[in-house]
Amino acid sequence: MKLFSKIYTFLIFLFLYAPIFVLITFSFNDSKSRSVWAGFTFKWYNQLFQNQEILNALSNTLIIAVISALLATILGTVAAVGINSSKKWTRRIIMNVTNIPMANPEIVTGVSLMLLFVFINRSFGILKPGMTTLILAHKTFCLPYVVLSVMPKLRQMDPNLYEAAQDLGCNPLKAFFKVVLPEIVPGIVTGMMMSFTMSIDDFVISYFTSGTTQTLPIAIYSMTRKMVSPEINALSTLLFGIILTLLIAINLRQIKDKNVKER
Amino acid sequence: MKKRGILFILLLLIFVSGCGIKRDNGEVTINVYNWGEYISNGRDGSLNVNNEFTKETGIKVNYTTFQSNEELFAKLSSGGANYDVIIPSDYMISKLIENDMLHKIDFNNVPNYNMIDEKFKYLDYDLNNEYSVPYTWGLMGIFYNKSLVDEKEEQINWDILWNEKYKGKILMFDNARDAFAIAHFILGNSINSKNENDWYNAAEKLKQQKPFVQAYVMDQIFDKMANEEAALAPYYSGDAVLMKKSNSNIGFVIPKDGTNRFVDAMCIPKSSNRKSEAEKYINFMCRTDVALANVEYTGYSTPHKEAYNQLDESVKNNEIFYPNADIINNTQVFVNLPSNINKLLDELWIQIKTGGNGNPILLLVILLTFVLLYILVLLYKRKKLR
Repeated sequence: MKLFSKIYTFLIFLFLYAPIFVLITFSFNDSKSRSVWAGFTFKWYNQLFQNQEILNALSNTLIIAVISALLATILGTVAAVGINSSKKWTRRIIMNVTNIPMANPEIVTGVSLMLLFVFINRSFGILKPGMTTLILAHKTFCLPYVVLSVMPKLRQMDPNLYEAAQDLGCNPLKAFFKVVLPEIVPGIVTGMMMSFTMSIDDFVISYFTSGTTQTLPIAIYSMTRKMVSPEINALSTLLFGIILTLLIAINLRQIKDKNVKER
Repeated sequence: MKKRGILFILLLLIFVSGCGIKRDNGEVTINVYNWGEYISNGRDGSLNVNNEFTKETGIKVNYTTFQSNEELFAKLSSGGANYDVIIPSDYMISKLIENDMLHKIDFNNVPNYNMIDEKFKYLDYDLNNEYSVPYTWGLMGIFYNKSLVDEKEEQINWDILWNEKYKGKILMFDNARDAFAIAHFILGNSINSKNENDWYNAAEKLKQQKPFVQAYVMDQIFDKMANEEAALAPYYSGDAVLMKKSNSNIGFVIPKDGTNRFVDAMCIPKSSNRKSEAEKYINFMCRTDVALANVEYTGYSTPHKEAYNQLDESVKNNEIFYPNADIINNTQVFVNLPSNINKLLDELWIQIKTGGNGNPILLLVILLTFVLLYILVLLYKRKKLR
């Protein structure tokens, strides 16, 4: 049985990570082919840093991801606190409304946002489709994820803590920052990370709201009439490496914090 | 604490709105929309065309890319984007002209236009030659693997893609216009036929082919042919160099039944408000060294006389890239189809790929099942909560 569970775990990890390892391997392949191995090289990495088009798309993607994740996190956390302290039925209704964008097919969200932006642009002359609309769109579809990951933390928290803080002389805002916020930080961080990754790899919604700004997924997709350049493999490898290091760093810190607390 | 929070949010908002404004105020920027991987970008020591343009004129280039003509059209007609220079193909240009979506180009501002070969002026898609400046061109043909295909090069014609012998070894365009063109060539019809029956017949032909087709693909052709997973695939002549480099057994034939000659040309959309800068860019793209760098990078053929003269002899004399007049005369250029045919084409193509008409009842059943499931889940949850 133990062997079986080990094999099972191994298989799960294999399915999860095999594509990434293939991609990493081929980012070092000395040929444009995605299947024939022609020798080891760093040339794609070298060329990646000279390819303005990809770098531009990457920087757009990162700017959008960071800003929209931050905005979604702030708005989502505030919303979650509000929803959590409202009455049962109001809470249920609002939660359902927040969940709709998640269940909604991306294409519907994308098209409707595009129509909205174009309409606003035509009638008021503001919000030219581009970076700003992309950030707004990404923020919109990230918001429910933040709310969803903050809510459980709020519900786990002892509601008396907040009242106790106020009894001990905090004003409501101070009580929130001193008592509530530290309790829900893990939820906030999870929400932010999720927003960040969702924003980076979103294609459909960006496609409709991007105007003349190009994000990385759209740039990659446009290469598919010819051949997706191996520079993309190199880029993906770098991104994977960075995110992996970040995750490990965060986990290590959490373990360290736990150890300190336990002592 | 309170102040700091608000300040932070304010700063963020300023930053966000700043992102939008920055682009309008700074230097002049033109938005260029081109096919993916379709410009010399400085890789392997080639000329970085967009950087060079900025260096010489001070005009910045926001260069973005698309994957299909239809994608470009959707983007332009949604009104969500102001492009200044676009590079669509022939039939899309005629569609854009019909929809009044292009500016007339002032050729006085594009002096380099006189270096474009006369053969590429006044073509079917732009009969009065007012709206477009040719960028590259090429032919559709068949890539085949010499060790897997018995027929000799001169025996290969479009019907080989219907040969049962190569069942499961044939790839086909995942692109309605190109796929139907092949069927039209076999049937001897015009690829721009206005007769609905021609399209039904072509669809019938493509349905007959379906059992032999391994997959409907675009860029995967490169890998599948290189690995010899497939033996036959129709694609564009401009990719012949890349394809042959990946596997020396691969050859390219231009079928005798005639083929499609496509032209990708530069245009200025009506939504552009930087027409003179756009014309400067187009003129720059027609400069000999730039045109040369672009065709050397993309591998497609050039309509530019001077750039052609400066090409390598081996390329110039290559029948694949610059075929003789007989072959050229046997080609057809795509033009935009009437809207009823376009609609029919979409329907037929979906039928071919999905193997039948969409069944509305089935769709309804699926939808109802989902709604039912959802209600059940809700009921279950409510029961549990009580």
